[in-house]
Amino acid sequence: MRYHAPQTFEEAAQLAAQAPGVTRFLAGGTDVLVQLRAAMVRPDDLIDIKKIPGTAEISRTADEGWRIGVAVAGAQLGAHAGLKADWPGVVEGMELVGSTQVQGRATLTGNLCNGSPAADSVPGLVAAGAVAEITGPTGKRTVAVEDIPTGPGRTSLTKGEVISALLLPPRGAHGGDAYLRFIPRTEMDIAVVGCAVSLTVEGATITAARVVLGAVAPTVRLVPDAAKAIIGTALDDAALAALTKAAEAACSPIDDKRGTIAFRTEVAGVLARRAARIAYDRARGGKQ
Amino acid sequence: MSRIHVTTTVNGDTVEFLADPRETLLDCLRDHVGLTGSKEGCGTGDCGACSVRLDGTLVCSCLVLGVEAQGRTVETIEGMATGGELHPLQRKFIEHAALQCGFCTPGILVAAKALLEKNANPTDTEIRYWLAGNLCRCTGYDKIIRAVQDAAAEMRGAA
Repeated sequence: MRYHAPQTFEEAAQLAAQAPGVTRFLAGGTDVLVQLRAAMVRPDDLIDIKKIPGTAEISRTADEGWRIGVAVAGAQLGAHAGLKADWPGVVEGMELVGSTQVQGRATLTGNLCNGSPAADSVPGLVAAGAVAEITGPTGKRTVAVEDIPTGPGRTSLTKGEVISALLLPPRGAHGGDAYLRFIPRTEMDIAVVGCAVSLTVEGATITAARVVLGAVAPTVRLVPDAAKAIIGTALDDAALAALTKAAEAACSPIDDKRGTIAFRTEVAGVLARRAARIAYDRARGGKQ
Repeated sequence: MSRIHVTTTVNGDTVEFLADPRETLLDCLRDHVGLTGSKEGCGTGDCGACSVRLDGTLVCSCLVLGVEAQGRTVETIEGMATGGELHPLQRKFIEHAALQCGFCTPGILVAAKALLEKNANPTDTEIRYWLAGNLCRCTGYDKIIRAVQDAAAEMRGAA
């Protein structure tokens, strides 16, 4: 295995594009090193992107959104007051990943590129409308985060392409988001179901919303019908009932040791209601 | 396989070694630097027995490549005592018998020290969550929590 530590994303993309064998990008390493050890992947070329300037930084964009470097670890997100005030749901999703030690290394971009349908940080990113900036051998492009995973362990990135930053849109006034997951214990587990909701309000009325489910389909799933169920409402009982129905209808989970199809489907509705309530309260009551 | 020359700082000392790029920082610390205090339990970041600080951040050294340590600062259990004098956490772990086989203890001590630097007066719940990535199969954790609390109290008193 050859180890590369390029200084720019262009160089990283060229290395990956020209590599003849198996290539892996290394950021936090909390998935890649485990795969290496289990011999699930035997990379010929490992490209460490942490030496690229800016990859460990969280910065404000010109439009009052955020740019999150691909090597920013979970613990850094949790310690960033400004980002937490704007996008608490994004941060709380990432903070659920692994232990304190894993939080010192694991990244949003890595969680996204690992392609797990149960990735805890991805629903929050999708609900927020986050965009991935991708550098490839022929230049840069941007893609909505929901279009990156294509199935368990698979992404839409092509050979030579690497995510060079994640971009969160401006939160704006009267917005709130939240992420909840169900696990049968209190920490250090993989989501049986996850749900993120981001919404904005005018007075008591929801004017825009995005509802996203995790671990109930081959990819994290954006559910426009669930958003429609609560837009234009004050999140009353009828809206919550419609939200539940839409969330359940969007589920096509697997039966496995973590949960049955029936259980995951029911929990998706429950978490959608609860996450919507938290996001709504955050949007109305000032940011938490 | 060509080896890579790595220069890093371990417990304040400049250290150099030649690493196969596939070797973890844990392998390098144990096999090249001779610091065998950090243990390999699972090798997949679940058990925390290999916990070290990398530029001050608590990490599993089994999930870091040795070559990534180039130019960085590493702190291990071997740097915890000052000269011959044990750190309060180490003393309290002995006093409270917060260990049995001792395999998890170096990782737990390194992790607990990082917690107390961040939060000098943690609740039991905060300690349990912070140490959720440090598995112990002997103690049932209760004595560990008591030892950390007692060390924290002593360190607050000394400050």
